[in-house]
Amino acid sequence: MLKIKNLHVNAAGRPVLKGLSLEMKAGEVHAIMGPNGSGKSTLSYVLAGRDGYEVTDGTVEFMGQDLLSMEPEDRAALGLFLAFQYPVEIPGVSTTTFLKTALNAIRKKRGEKELEPAAFLKLQKQKIQQLGMDPEMMKRGVNVGFSGGEKKRNEVLQMAMLAPKLAIMDETDSGLDIDALKVVSEGVNALRGPETSFLVITHYQRLLDYIKPDIVHVLANGKIQKTGGPELALLLEEKGYADFYDATEAA
Amino acid sequence: MSNAAIAPETLETIKALDKYEAGFVTDIESDFAPKGLSEDIIRFISAKKNEPDWMLESRLTAYRHWLTLPEPEWANVSFPPVDYQDAYYYAAPKTAAAPKSLDELDPKLLETYKKLGIPLREQEMLNGIAVDAVFDSVSVVTTFREKLHSAGVIFCSISEAVQKYPDMIKKYMGSVVPYTDNKHACLNAAVFTDGTFVYIPEGVRCPMELSTYFRINEAKTGQFERTLIVAEKKSYVSYLEGCTAPKRDENQMHAAVVELIAMDDAEIKYSTVQNWYPGDENGKGGIYNFVTKRGICKGARSRISWTQVETGSAITWKYPSCVLLGDDSVGEFYSVALTNNYQQADTGTKMIHIGKNTRSRIIAKGISAGKSNSTYRGLVRIAQKAENARNYTQCDSLLIGDLCGAHTVPYIENKNPTATLEHEATTSKISDKTLFYCRQRGIPEEEALTLIVNGFCKEVLQHLPMEFAVEAQKLVAISLEGSVG
Repeated sequence: MLKIKNLHVNAAGRPVLKGLSLEMKAGEVHAIMGPNGSGKSTLSYVLAGRDGYEVTDGTVEFMGQDLLSMEPEDRAALGLFLAFQYPVEIPGVSTTTFLKTALNAIRKKRGEKELEPAAFLKLQKQKIQQLGMDPEMMKRGVNVGFSGGEKKRNEVLQMAMLAPKLAIMDETDSGLDIDALKVVSEGVNALRGPETSFLVITHYQRLLDYIKPDIVHVLANGKIQKTGGPELALLLEEKGYADFYDATEAA
Repeated sequence: MSNAAIAPETLETIKALDKYEAGFVTDIESDFAPKGLSEDIIRFISAKKNEPDWMLESRLTAYRHWLTLPEPEWANVSFPPVDYQDAYYYAAPKTAAAPKSLDELDPKLLETYKKLGIPLREQEMLNGIAVDAVFDSVSVVTTFREKLHSAGVIFCSISEAVQKYPDMIKKYMGSVVPYTDNKHACLNAAVFTDGTFVYIPEGVRCPMELSTYFRINEAKTGQFERTLIVAEKKSYVSYLEGCTAPKRDENQMHAAVVELIAMDDAEIKYSTVQNWYPGDENGKGGIYNFVTKRGICKGARSRISWTQVETGSAITWKYPSCVLLGDDSVGEFYSVALTNNYQQADTGTKMIHIGKNTRSRIIAKGISAGKSNSTYRGLVRIAQKAENARNYTQCDSLLIGDLCGAHTVPYIENKNPTATLEHEATTSKISDKTLFYCRQRGIPEEEALTLIVNGFCKEVLQHLPMEFAVEAQKLVAISLEGSVG
């Protein structure tokens, strides 16, 4: 489903990713853990197609297509979703309007019919209930005046509505207290299925107590340094990332 | 559903449109005044309109005063000196000389308005809006006259009002904006050719929305229209105006004067969707929109509300204002000014508090894209006797790209210590991050930009009547085309 081969990326002229390779199958949950500055956020932005990153080498194949040649909105239509670490606020545009515009834009790109307003509202209502959100929030501007936890929950709601093939979660746990973390994780777990894959990017193992990964990668110095099962996350929690710095420095 | 929700069909329509779909010319034979400006020209216009002597005298007085006035230069706009002799001050379709009924109207004119989305045949109008259609220098038709007449409402062209209601015209015209007010208003007082007169009798709630649709057609022609609305005690009227012009390389002048008068407990809502030709992407051509609009809340508890969406014109220079004379009267100003390419806008309002417990509210949203320049200029004046006056002002500027400018110039003059004045201002830029966020959700860039800008304007757009709100959202989208990527 996702094949990243030898990806090299410069940000602001400096190399950040230096030969990253990663392969994911449909339905898998992968975690990428790494220290600050290891290139975690860069990876998520490059996959989603944000400007300002220069791919100098390597390829990314998603759903059998060359991901890197596509516009961000086309990647979204193909089923790629990025849950932002810092979701933006859009004053005056209600979450309902925003979601409806997004969902219909994606459906249109896929050659599907746009959803009738009633069908849309029904779907939204169902997802809101699942996530235990306040329906009133849907009338407010996107993320305007939302708490940190509400913003992240809103990301998960959008994910649920757009039903992606691959959801990349960029430090979704940052700034969340334990209760909010639980709610967000439950929302994500409800979306797990044979057709939906997750790439969970995090600094801390804590999130992985709630979203259980199939595979854990350690990203340091722009490369995957080690790949293993869930036990790898626990090991990192115990020992930290120091070993990987040493390994890369020596290399 | 909120007003800011943009139906996908709307976006489809927008894509199918040329950037300025009103930019066509109607091929119709016109009657012109000789080119240039002089007392003879003014006599010519007055004679064309078969005016009484007092009207001609009033025009000539204004003209003589105009000659003494220097060009105002204080606004944050720049343009080469206007050659007043290089323009026509009167142009009218030959066929429009007399007819005032739809059956007599030149089919070319009907077709023109239809093309602009303004069907004039009453049976074709679904939304019950009465229209006064002003084509270059003349009002060509006014719809729904009978229906309005039975409610006691007068809705006719100003030329007709001069003939039929001279006492009211003498009493009210120039009472809010005197010819001495400013250079452009003075010129209008001398050469105005048509416009709309509305009179709502005491206790009457106007049964339908009234509107005027201004169309400039001929080249090198200035349009100088005059609108006068009088709302008697406890009456209510909602009035809309729209405007378009063909695409031309040379600039054309539009210097209108609008006067509103609200008596005790009366309410006037005045909405404008201004879509004059803005010039091309290199700043060539476009309308100079130099307009004086002012309303007086003469009676106690009266209310005047201005809502404007200004997307067109090469230069927009106007300050729809309220003089709050009656105690407990209320003035409101809601504005969206959008400039793109080389457009310039210096717009805002004046709220003059004279009566006690007068309140005013100003919400101004400026959007600048391309190499355009937008200024909010607003005056809040609290006179000595205006006990407990209140004003709330909010002006927000949104910048798109790195080459445009946004300026905010608020003036506050307070002579009464009991006044409460609030002023909030923000300037923001549509960040790459916000656009990327939308695109990540599958929304293409131009659609995302439209969504964000309409969200930014929502507070203002929701004050427009429904049909105009939809129109305004489309205009915002069209006007922003090409401002990203």
